[in-house]
Amino acid sequence: MLNDEVRLDHRIICDVVAPNSRVLDLGCGDGSLMLLLATHNNARVQGIEVSDDKIYECVEKGASVFHGDLDIGLSEYPDKSFDYIILNQSLQEVIKAEYVLNEALRVGQKVIIGFSNFAYYKARLDVFFGGKVPVTESLPNQWYQTPNLHFLSIRDFEDYCSHKKLKVLNRYYLGEDKLVHFMPNLFALNAIFVISK
Amino acid sequence: MKKKTLVNVETKLFTFAEPPNELLFESGQKLGPITLAYETYGDLNQDASNAILVLHAFSGDAHAAGYYKGDKKPGWWDDMIGPGKALDTDKYFVISSNIIGGCKGSTGPSSKNPKTGKPYALDFPVVTIADMVNAQRRLIDHLGIHKLLSVIGGSMGGMQALQWVAAYPERIRSAIPIATALKHSPQQIAFNEVGRQAVMADVEWNHGNYYGKSRPERGLAVARMVGHITYMSDKSMEEKFSRKLKEKDSNYKFDADFEVEGYLRYQGDSFVRRFDANSYLYITKAIDYFDLSGAKLIPTGKSLDVAFLVIAFKSDWLYPPYQSQEIVRQLKMRHMDATYMEIRSTYGHDAFLLEVEEETMLIRHFLGRIFAERGRNAK
Repeated sequence: MLNDEVRLDHRIICDVVAPNSRVLDLGCGDGSLMLLLATHNNARVQGIEVSDDKIYECVEKGASVFHGDLDIGLSEYPDKSFDYIILNQSLQEVIKAEYVLNEALRVGQKVIIGFSNFAYYKARLDVFFGGKVPVTESLPNQWYQTPNLHFLSIRDFEDYCSHKKLKVLNRYYLGEDKLVHFMPNLFALNAIFVISK
Repeated sequence: MKKKTLVNVETKLFTFAEPPNELLFESGQKLGPITLAYETYGDLNQDASNAILVLHAFSGDAHAAGYYKGDKKPGWWDDMIGPGKALDTDKYFVISSNIIGGCKGSTGPSSKNPKTGKPYALDFPVVTIADMVNAQRRLIDHLGIHKLLSVIGGSMGGMQALQWVAAYPERIRSAIPIATALKHSPQQIAFNEVGRQAVMADVEWNHGNYYGKSRPERGLAVARMVGHITYMSDKSMEEKFSRKLKEKDSNYKFDADFEVEGYLRYQGDSFVRRFDANSYLYITKAIDYFDLSGAKLIPTGKSLDVAFLVIAFKSDWLYPPYQSQEIVRQLKMRHMDATYMEIRSTYGHDAFLLEVEEETMLIRHFLGRIFAERGRNAK
């Protein structure tokens, strides 16, 4: 595994991705995960990102990136044309979350999804005792500033996968700086699922 | 990095296709000899792996960068080409090529036909973007370059870059098409047709036989005025002119009251001094005929080892971003190494000449990567 200086979620994703894979990073941000996958996993990786500023950062890192909106889908890509599709902290921000997820499952052999756990105990306390929309380490924005359009918990995602008969190949529950094993839906800040159709 | 400017730049001429080895045009006609005007900046490295070909837009010329001796105005893309600039001439050997069919030093309808001793006029064969690129390939051969690091151009220059991809993919490592399209839409053809009709409706045009006589200046000026409207955006025109008047009050005549009128008249009048009306017809037609849509850019099921940087501008309504996305779609389908950026700009189509900072950020890093990787697929 990569050293501690690398973000925990990026370390896990680099661990999941097999060497020399073909990867598409949806909502690739500044390209740091793409760079990591290219150098550490020798992956052939491309990204899609909606923010102008982030595109410049990607290009500076030498990454290949498309400026665009995930909500319009991935129609130009043939079925199963990537080994992995990554949706790390981006599915919550798209308008048509299920459509984007289905497109990812169509185009990729496997889909790696990282999201913030809305059922984290501090979030529950904010709602239950504070009577407020939660603000936590993994959900750091106030309601009027958050880019998230969808909120989900680990259990929500498990239920979704079983309802849609998706195969969950791996689950990772993330605390602040290490993995969480005990009652993850209560104690994990973030989760990473590896799924396939 | 300190930016400097190139001085004492010179346009060079390359003549080839001497009879009987004339160049075969796409139309089936042959022409020769052919002269191509070009300029170079920087030095070719030892293994000839640092050459970049710059391709100009419709009314451009080979003078892309630096100053002619004693001249006050630099070349049309001087902001981008020079020491320390996006196309860094300390690192790269930059070639800027003119086009055949034009009137800027290369063989075109205003050139003398050696068979008659008079200008070709409409006897000049119809030129396509493919013909222009075929001529450029001869220039690249002549310069001793087997593989270009990149081909780059905006608007019609972008079409030439795409044509290089379609015709000579093994001769290029990368392509940077900017504010361009795989084919003209009916709207784009329509604007060009209005321009051509303006030229041909001028009685001085005389079916192209005006050389040595009075030239169709009014028609060509009107054509250019239409062009300039399409190069700007509603917003950039508002910012530049608003409804400002040239004088304090309206004079209630049909003079150029509004600043925008004065601007268009000035642009039209200065254009006729530097451009040939027949070249206007030939080149606009070449642009309209251009069509690399669908699998014509890259055959179905094939992928190329050519990296792409595709750039569009949000306010460009002449070459809207969806046309650049069409290019990108063809590349995505084939899993090719490609980057696409839609730059936020209010300048309309003119943005490719004006948004220097943004283009520099993208192009410098992209070229840097392609140059660093050039040895990787050398075999």
